[in-house]
Amino acid sequence: MSDNKQGTGIDRRAALECMIWAGTGVIWTLSGGVPKSSQLLGIGTAQAAEKAVTGFSFLQISDSHVGFNKPANPDALGTLKEAIDKVNGLPVKPAFMIHTGDITHLSKPGQFDDAERVIGEAKLDVHYVPGEHDIIDENNGQVYLERHGKNTKGTGWFAFDHGGVHFIGLVNVANLKAGGMGSLGDEQLAWLAADLKGKPASTPIVVFAHIPLWAVYPEWGWGTEDSAKALALLKRFGSVTVLNGHIHQLMQKVEGNVTFHTAMSTAFPQPAPGTASSPGPMLVPAEKLRTLLGLTSVEVRRGKQRLAITDTPLTAS
Amino acid sequence: MRNLTKANRPRVWCLGLCLIFATAALGIILTLPAVAAGAEVNIDNFAFTPKELTVKAGTTVVFRNHDDIPHSVVGSKGEFHSKALDTDDSFSFTFAKAGTYAYSCGLHPRMQGKIAVTP
Repeated sequence: MSDNKQGTGIDRRAALECMIWAGTGVIWTLSGGVPKSSQLLGIGTAQAAEKAVTGFSFLQISDSHVGFNKPANPDALGTLKEAIDKVNGLPVKPAFMIHTGDITHLSKPGQFDDAERVIGEAKLDVHYVPGEHDIIDENNGQVYLERHGKNTKGTGWFAFDHGGVHFIGLVNVANLKAGGMGSLGDEQLAWLAADLKGKPASTPIVVFAHIPLWAVYPEWGWGTEDSAKALALLKRFGSVTVLNGHIHQLMQKVEGNVTFHTAMSTAFPQPAPGTASSPGPMLVPAEKLRTLLGLTSVEVRRGKQRLAITDTPLTAS
Repeated sequence: MRNLTKANRPRVWCLGLCLIFATAALGIILTLPAVAAGAEVNIDNFAFTPKELTVKAGTTVVFRNHDDIPHSVVGSKGEFHSKALDTDDSFSFTFAKAGTYAYSCGLHPRMQGKIAVTP
């Protein structure tokens, strides 16, 4: 075919060449090593709003003992409020809070009211499990269930999902046997087995309960008699985080894929295992109290097996 | 001694006798076992003290909490179940029947005690 060159204008061949450059109008960019296409001149596919998956964070708060007013802390409600003020001052709002029990000191309705009012100032969803101080009403735990037992089973256990993580709230402070420590009981263990059945081992699991699910110090009741049965059910999962309270001090342990963590109280500290005659409230100088009270932030990061746990006291030092 | 006139003697004897009787009575009362009227178990430092107490049937035992943490008193066979005892609260139970009554704290089950009731 011979060129059909003409004196004036653009010839057919040149016009086709131009179209190759301008017609499709797709520019490829590289972002983080992943090619992405962007729209130019209204031609080509609309850009898919591709967001990097960032994970999320949540808080653990514990042992607020609302109603406690003895020398170790004459104003437990006040220090709870300080903790919530800290929550409200966080630069990034957490997804929700978990309270690992001993919300009140004596299970009194007024104490549950006060706790709810102050914790409500954080304007976050809160998932509760009871401590032994929350179920000492005349009806052995009815008051707690009326307040925080919605959508729970038995003495208040439940599970929920958030951001691909499976959260399980367990109750190990009910029906305790003389001479023993914390207890989950057969009914709850059977429920747990059913709850975990069929879940992919890659599902990150967060379990929370009041009394530690490992033997921190049996002499003081700091452990759970039948926790081994629960941990056996969790063994196959690649990432398990166990959050507890009850001991009013920080403690952390890693065992294989399981990270155990206990939080500070927002009310009063307790002595380290065996360093006092009993695990009662530990009196410290007033200026030291708030360094031993605080809360915990837990971050779920995509692509990271272990959750990042950060404990923050009410004051640094 | 100058008061020991014939007239005063009966009054002085009376006073002396009264004094002797009073001392004797006091001595008897003080040597009686503390179990007689009632009995106490004190709760201190997450422990029941005394851990084992023996009482006669019909005795009322008073459990008193001295800790800054609440405790409760729960019979192992459900014979008694106190409400939660705050600091300085007490729980009383009359042990009418002879036998051995093991109990523990409802909040802190490692805390245990025993009441032995004799007929």
